Amino acid sequence: MMKKALVGKKISMTQVYDENGVVVPVTVIELGPNVVLQKKTVEKDGYSALKVGFGSIKEKNCPGPILKDFKKKSIDPKRTLREIDAFDDSLDVGSVIDCSVLEGIENVNIVSTSKGKGFAGSIKRHGFGGGRATHGSHFHRAPGSIGACAFPGEVWKGQKMPGRKGSDRVTVKNLKVVKVIKDKNLVLVSGSVPGRKDSIVLVCES
Amino acid sequence: MNVVEELGLELSEVKRELDFEVGDTVRVHYKIIEGTRERIQIYEGAVIAINNKCAGKTFTVRRVSFDVGVERVFPLQSPRIAKVEVVRKSKIRRSKLYFLRERKGKSAKLKERRHISKK
Repeated sequence: MMKKALVGKKISMTQVYDENGVVVPVTVIELGPNVVLQKKTVEKDGYSALKVGFGSIKEKNCPGPILKDFKKKSIDPKRTLREIDAFDDSLDVGSVIDCSVLEGIENVNIVSTSKGKGFAGSIKRHGFGGGRATHGSHFHRAPGSIGACAFPGEVWKGQKMPGRKGSDRVTVKNLKVVKVIKDKNLVLVSGSVPGRKDSIVLVCES
Repeated sequence: MNVVEELGLELSEVKRELDFEVGDTVRVHYKIIEGTRERIQIYEGAVIAINNKCAGKTFTVRRVSFDVGVERVFPLQSPRIAKVEVVRKSKIRRSKLYFLRERKGKSAKLKERRHISKK
């Protein structure tokens, strides 16, 4: 079955109370409205999907060919374009999806780009154990051995080493939908969501 | 106050105004759920700090009970708080009264403010 999905923007975090008076930390996401720009079908494209746009952009800032496409379909230019599952056959080019599709859905998966952490060592980046701090240990935060000897005689591809951490596509699964505020296009999900404020998030039914 | 902070306040069931200050002695009527029953417990002490803002605003109440100092942090907007009564106001010169933690007996007393200035 096709899962409902929407493109939005992370706004910030705050807290609300549940029915027992317990504090729930929530992330506020501005979700939609998304405009359908293209319908990909199995016959034509090999798979089915919806290309949607989110967030307005000035015409002069919109790249030429994309702007032309928008003009052809007489849709206002959108900043972010994403593909989502074609969850509803009745959605056509130009139709608008808003956050009310998430009403009644309990949990969502959220895909976003995590915050960049810069160049990080193997302890921070891959969770290596590191060595002993005291008692004459000369091995502290270094990665240690990166391979064996004559066999294989090389370092395996994909060896975990220090390097750039963050700015990865991260999926967080099964976040509870706390509230959907349709008139403000806001959705509250419990817990944290990858990425900084204003980063683009893809919210999918889980 | 940004959109979210406003929203956080808007979403909480109780919109409690801060009608006490640091240094006040307050009685916090706190709802306690015991199984299916709900009763109200009163916790009385001095407000020694007010922290954070909007939906996350909390206040710390300190009391000395059987010679042991107890501090409880209450979220201001918690629906578990039935009401907050001000018992006594006092003369203070700072916003966080953490110095009370090191004090005992008479030196831990706060001077009462009887004439409350009009704000």
